[in-house]
Amino acid sequence: MTTVQSLPTTATRVPPAPKRGSRLTPAALIWPAMLYLILTTQVPFFMTVYYSFFRYNLVDPASRPFIGLANYQTLLTDPQNLRILLNTVVLAGGTLILTLIIGAALALLLNRQFLGRTVLRTLLISSFLVMPLVTAVIWKNMLLSPTSGFFAWVAQSLGLAPVDWLGQFPMFSVIVMITWEWTPFAALILLTGLQSLPDDQIEAARLDGASPWQEFQHIVLPHWTQAIQVVVLMETVALLQVYGEIYGSTSGGPGIATTNLPYFIYQKAFAEYNIGLASAAGVLTVILTNILAVYLLRLIGRTTAHHRGG
Amino acid sequence: MTTVPRSQPTSRAGRTVSDRHRARNIVLTVITYLIVLAFLFPLAWMILNAFKTEAQAFATPPVFFFTPIWDNFQRALPSYLPALANSLVAAVGSTLLAFILGLPAAFALAVYPTRRAQGVLTWMLSTKFMPAVGVIVPIFLLFRNLGLLDTRLGLILMYTTMNLPLVVWMMHSYMSEIPFAIYEAAKVDGASVSQEFFRIALPLSMPGVAATALLALIFAWNEVFFALNLTSADAAPLSVFIGEFKTSQGLFWAQLSAAATLVVLPVLVFGWIAQRQLVRGLSFGAVK
Repeated sequence: MTTVQSLPTTATRVPPAPKRGSRLTPAALIWPAMLYLILTTQVPFFMTVYYSFFRYNLVDPASRPFIGLANYQTLLTDPQNLRILLNTVVLAGGTLILTLIIGAALALLLNRQFLGRTVLRTLLISSFLVMPLVTAVIWKNMLLSPTSGFFAWVAQSLGLAPVDWLGQFPMFSVIVMITWEWTPFAALILLTGLQSLPDDQIEAARLDGASPWQEFQHIVLPHWTQAIQVVVLMETVALLQVYGEIYGSTSGGPGIATTNLPYFIYQKAFAEYNIGLASAAGVLTVILTNILAVYLLRLIGRTTAHHRGG
Repeated sequence: MTTVPRSQPTSRAGRTVSDRHRARNIVLTVITYLIVLAFLFPLAWMILNAFKTEAQAFATPPVFFFTPIWDNFQRALPSYLPALANSLVAAVGSTLLAFILGLPAAFALAVYPTRRAQGVLTWMLSTKFMPAVGVIVPIFLLFRNLGLLDTRLGLILMYTTMNLPLVVWMMHSYMSEIPFAIYEAAKVDGASVSQEFFRIALPLSMPGVAATALLALIFAWNEVFFALNLTSADAAPLSVFIGEFKTSQGLFWAQLSAAATLVVLPVLVFGWIAQRQLVRGLSFGAVK
């Protein structure tokens, strides 16, 4: 998004008669893809930024006064909206941490020789492949429902009162649901990372009498850096955009307990037609995504550099 | 951690150590099975419910043994089929368009790497940092003015945006692995850029094309945000079809399960077949 200025500007200026008589230059091959992405991501984003400075409601599109940063002010001062910002971070952060821990455990468990390992590895990806809306309606109705849901039955068979998961613990339930979806992604990326670890390094450590924990800390973890970075980056970007799961399960409720920025923007833009405010929230989401992605990557880089040094 | 040897031929401690190893291994294997099965349970439960009567699907305690019926699938089909057609057109169309735009770019970036190539690649990936919500408002207004709302073409255009960086990155990664000597030999023989592309790069990276196409198809098939906000009736894909069950408040669990199974199963089967390639694609080739 930020490197648009550094595009190869030669493409349009190079005369169409380069070396070896062929009329195709590398730049001419790259430009269609670049142009498409500029037209469908950069241009709309700048329009979003532009709209965010106006009081702009589709119900009354004729009156569109410039109001400067007032939309942003509303977003960042109204306690309700701050709650939505917090929800967005809690949802993404909570899910990221859970998927990393469970995914790492699963990767370590699957990185051993045992009967059925390949089958388990293959089946594991299933929940990641499920459409988010299917995940939402299945969990909401068949698993989490307080009357006939599977978990309610499990609780009752254990002699406990059935829990209204989405009513009483909405954010927790949504995090569990999305963790179910994303753990396979983390597990498989981390497993692939583990499998590229040379055996001789582990053997050398064992010969030197390293404990399993030392082995993990000094050999496995530093080697895992790249895989962990990929998981954190991809999940941060994806989890800040979670929408279908919320649309299908809680509709952002009860109240605003599970409303995150994407769901909020959907409500503002498509239910209230408040284009100005929705646009400001869109800009905020883009900024938040970029800050968190870059910051988290730096953090991992520093932590593992420290590990390597120690 | 890694492959723990089944037996330890020259172990000083002899049987006791290897026995303890074996016992620990069995426990770890059982734990692995349990965790993976727990992850599969919601899906298995959904598929099981698809073959029950509504009363059985809703029953407490849950019914585990029953005579399977097909009625739910038959009832779901009439509204499933049009949505399936829309999903197929949008997914296949956007994958094709992303390849038409992305393959030449990937080829140029892999075979003529300049100092700018890495910058271009990074920039393309960074468009993925752009949440759909950051562009949805102008896209919606633009589509409304251009008559693209609730059309398959509109969906194809947005899904292409979603998948284009993926195609460029993955195909760049596959095309970079073709030995450079092959291109040089072709150049010596006087091959043009397009001959290099069609005769060398494309045929030699066909496995990559298959893996990338599969991933792009799955992403487009499962997409929700653009589908819900840019289509309503005519072009509504499967995600919108499933979304409509939200309003039935879970009264028809068996039918919902059958519909969901029909939506999910194709992706599951494809995903299982191509699981190894998916990992590479999901990490943009960063972890191989």
